[in-house]
Order: sequence, then structure tokens, then C-alpha cells
Amino acid sequence: MKLSGAEIIIKLLERQGVETIAGIPGGANLPLYDALSHSSIRHILTRHEQGAGFIAQGMARVSGQPAVFFATSGPGATNTLTAIADAKLDSIPIICITGQVPLAMIGTDAFQEVDTYGLSVPITKHNYLVRSVDELLHVIPDAFRIAVSGRPGPVVIDVPKDVQTAMLDFEAWPEPGGRTAGPELMAPELSHAARMIDEAERPILYLGGGVIQSGSSEQALALAERASIPCAFTLMGLGIMPMDHPLCMGMLGMHGARHTNLALERCDLLIAVGVRFDDRATGKVPGFCPNARVIHMDIDPSELDKIKNAHASVTGDVADSLKGLFSLVERADRGAWLDEVAALKRDHPMIIPNGDDPCSPYGIILRAAELAGEDAIVCTDVGQHQMRTAQAYPFSHPRQWLTSGGLGTMGFGMPAAIGAALAAPDRMVLCFTGDGSIMMNIQDLATAMEHDVNVKIILTNNNALGLVRQQQDLFYGKRYFASDYARRVDFVKIAEGFGIRAWDLGTSGDPGAMLAEAMAQPGPCLIHVPISPDEPVYPMVPPGAANSEMIGGEANV
Amino acid sequence: MCKQTVIELTVNNHPGVMSHICGLFARRAYNVEGIACMPVNGGGRSMIWLLVNADQRLDQMIKQVDKLEDVLAVGRHDSGHEVFDKMAEFVG
Repeated sequence: MKLSGAEIIIKLLERQGVETIAGIPGGANLPLYDALSHSSIRHILTRHEQGAGFIAQGMARVSGQPAVFFATSGPGATNTLTAIADAKLDSIPIICITGQVPLAMIGTDAFQEVDTYGLSVPITKHNYLVRSVDELLHVIPDAFRIAVSGRPGPVVIDVPKDVQTAMLDFEAWPEPGGRTAGPELMAPELSHAARMIDEAERPILYLGGGVIQSGSSEQALALAERASIPCAFTLMGLGIMPMDHPLCMGMLGMHGARHTNLALERCDLLIAVGVRFDDRATGKVPGFCPNARVIHMDIDPSELDKIKNAHASVTGDVADSLKGLFSLVERADRGAWLDEVAALKRDHPMIIPNGDDPCSPYGIILRAAELAGEDAIVCTDVGQHQMRTAQAYPFSHPRQWLTSGGLGTMGFGMPAAIGAALAAPDRMVLCFTGDGSIMMNIQDLATAMEHDVNVKIILTNNNALGLVRQQQDLFYGKRYFASDYARRVDFVKIAEGFGIRAWDLGTSGDPGAMLAEAMAQPGPCLIHVPISPDEPVYPMVPPGAANSEMIGGEANV
Repeated sequence: MCKQTVIELTVNNHPGVMSHICGLFARRAYNVEGIACMPVNGGGRSMIWLLVNADQRLDQMIKQVDKLEDVLAVGRHDSGHEVFDKMAEFVG
């Protein structure tokens, strides 16, 4: 058969099972768009390429499958970079296909030319500059294989315009690329780890995004229950276990509950699974679990011994490692340790101020969760609202929680929520955001409106950069500078201007009823909740301090 | 003088490989003291030798290099490699 490069790309994407692609056309990727117009793949035209990238992330985070997005050369490509870097840090499988100026013009400062390959080297798992049309037959399947195998991550494929239009005569389609098996487990590593668990008196499971990525939440839960091991979660690990499970201690780290960080201080064995000892989770590393031996299990060997040297490491897919451990670890009830953890929880609980007031920063989260039910997908932007949601939301299952963890990208929430809604059209998507964050991708409200996605945007508005202001409050002598906005914008009018229904809980006599009414409507909406800028998120570990040095969030003060 | 070691890499031979490898070192502020690179197998692959100071980050660097898609094999010569002995003759 004889097809153009663009037709080959689209056909290969169809063969990979891709159903939805977000993106924006431009001069250098028009052949690709022309081919896409003849395809069954649905295209989501966004208002900014970063929005397209986060829509792809939303789809990938909910489904676990790689998602694809398109951008043109030059500014199109540079606009994608933040979404790609975000995917790299949170290990999300997305594939960005960019147009590039024709091969002969590369390096001439041609119109809309930028070195997409060079720019994307440090923020991708792998990247390609395709230099001839026949390369596409292995580059596209390889990109999918790389994105989902081992530790997942983003892949960029830069395709010059003349490669898109070049014709290729070829015999057969390549096999679609998929996940390859992880490294084989080493039995001695596993049995060593099992022995350490059996010998431990006060073990804690420290579970992160790797458990969700590998689809092994059930195995983690089974291991915890078999050996009676309390569990602490990273920001990326929320949802592995229902929050009301007796062994669940919630999130650890900078904004973790006091009892969680205190229990970690006490543990004698830390079983780290699919985590990378991020500084927001560990605080000052020498003060993190100072009395504990460490078992570290991960599919990425470069994470082992990177931050903290493990006494035992297990390299491999954590789904395999957890399954293997389950049969090696002895059943135990660890009554004394569980009693101690329960006492810590009783004496140092997570304090949720004004949890029953739907106009308070925490109350709106709890009330929305109640109305949305267990099946809802929860997405956030970055800031105080994000930490509050992580602290308070009653998560019940993996892949329910979408947040920008590693890169901490303001602007992530709304487009990622659109992507989640596109990937799971029969579920409600809650998008908690702040007035700072939503403005960083507000343009894609238009995309939400056009596709009538079931996204309920809950905007807590303190007219400030809340977490920045909180650091100035605590660590910069209350010298608030550049963290308060001088004037207010009218988010209700903005939403309405985009054709999205908006409700303002601040003007309602019965905000609870208004929230219920807003959430009962089909399609997208914006729920505006004015809040005070003087409500810090507690507890908080000062940057650079040990997790035991928490500020605020104390009971009985 | 700091103890030096030589990392020997077998890589796919295409224009982006060197930037992937050098980028890994550059963004960790890890200096590469010497580089040699020659095509092998008729040009489909290359061998790269990197002369680096052996500080405490070296193990992590080698793990990171090993993760690169275009790096097919990683070896290590702690007692040096003659490719750099010969090159040293050029710079006196």
C-alpha cells in the first residue's frame, strides 16, 4: 500500500486504539490534521496547547492508557512543554506529536521553527525527530511501548512537514506498541524484605503513585491487612485504599496530618512502594523515619538509593513484588503497634475547621464529595485548595484522584478535568480550583462548554496566591508582597461569558441548597465560593524542616 | 587529584544521542572531563567513552544513563581506558 506520512501516523494511532486527540492545528501540522479529518478519531480543539496537553493527561490518568495530543511547530510546541514536564514528574504516559518545519529548513530560523527535540530532551522519557517517512512505522509503536513500559512517562515525536507529506510504499503494518514485562524479580531480594517485615514491630507502608500506575492497589491492601501494617500515602498515592479503612493514615509530609507524621517518626520499618522520597513527602531526609530500617520497592532502579539508602531494595513491577511478598509474609496482628497508631490518631487528629459550613474552604470540599458520591473523579489545581482536598476528601478507589504532584502546575486542574470527563463520560468530575490557578488555563472553559463535559468547577476565591501568602505569613514576617491581587475579577461573569452556568455561593441564603442545585444540572458549571485569604492550610512543615516540626493543626488550642 | 573513571557506552548512532547523554550530566552539574566516540557495526551503533570524576553521584549517574532508550549497554573501567591515554598525547 502507498500512504503519506500523515496518513500513516493517523492509521497507526487508530491501530493503537486511540479514540480522542486534543490539539491545535497550524502551518507545520496541517497534513496531519488533513489525515485526521478522514479518521474515526475524535478531535478536541483546545484554545491553548497546554490545555491540550493536560486534557491528554486527564485521559491518561483516569484510564491508565497512553493519550495523544497534537501541536504545531514553534509556539505550538513551546506551549506544550509545561504539560509534558508535568507528565514526566508524575510518570504519566502521554504522547505529543508536533509539526516541524520541512527538513531542509531546520536550522535556518525558519518561520515558527524551534528546536522541539532539544527543548524536550530533559522533560521526556524519550523523544524523536523523525527524519524520513519510513521511520514512522517503528517510531509510533515504539513511542507507545516506551510511554507505558517500566516507569511510564511522556514521549515527544517531532515530525517535519515534508515527512508528513512524503509517500511510502510498504507491505504490512507493524504491531501496536504496548507494555512490556517489568524486570524479573530476584527471589532473595523478596525473601529478605519479607523477613524484615516479619521481624518488624512497628512497620508502616509508604505507598505512592507507582502502586496506582501498576494497578496493584488491591495487592497493597491485601499485604497491609495480612500483616496489620498501617499505611501512609503520598499525594500521588491517595485512593489506593479507602480513607475510612482502619489501616489508612492518610497523606504524609508537608501538609500531612500530625498523627501520620508522628507515626512515621515512631516506625521501625518503612516499606516504601512506588514512591520516590520526594522532599514534600519526607521533609528533611535525616529526620524522616529516623528509627526505621527501609525497604524500597520500585520498577525504576534509579530511584533506589537516590535519596535514602534502603536496607533492602526490590527492583521490579510493584504489582509483582507486592504479590510475591503477600505469600512470603507471615500473618500478624501487631496489636500493640495498631493501638499506638490509634492513640496518635486520637490525640493528634486531622483538624478540619468548619467542616459543616459549605462556604468554608474545607466545608465545600466535604459537601461536594457527599453530593458527588463515590464514583466521582476528583481533580485539582495547585495551591491551598489542592492540599485541603488531599487532606479531607473521602477517596475510595485508585485513579479517582488527579492532581499535579511533582511539578505542581497551576493551570492543571480544569483541562485535566475535561480530559477525565472525556475518558469517563458517565462519571461526574469535580474540579477544585483557586482564583490563581484557574486563570492560568481559563481559556479552555470554551472547550468545556463546546463538549458539554460533566465537570463541576468549584472555585474557592481568596483573591490571592494562597500558599505563597501563607509562606509570607509564616516565614517572611507577614510581609505580603505580590501575593494579593489588587482588584477582583468577576468569575461568574467570566464563566457565563464562556457559556457556562455559574453559581455564587457567596450571594446565597442557602449555599448548601444552591450547591446541590448546581451539581444536579447536567454539563459543566462553575461554583464560586468566596473565602478569606487569612485561612492557612495546617499542619505545615516548614520547607527544609523535619516532618516532626509541624506548625498548626493542633487539637485543643 | 580526584579519582577518575571511564564509562563505556554502546549506543544507537543518530544525531540526538550525544545530547541525551551530555544533558544528563549537564543538568546535574556533573562535569565530563573527556569524551571519545566512534561508530561501530557499520555505523548503526556507536561506542562512547566518558572520562569522569568518580564522586558519590556516579552510581546514580550510571543508573540514569542506563535508562536512556538509545543506550544499549553500559560498562565501567575504574582503572582508566587506553583511548584516553592516546588522546592525552595530543594535548601534551
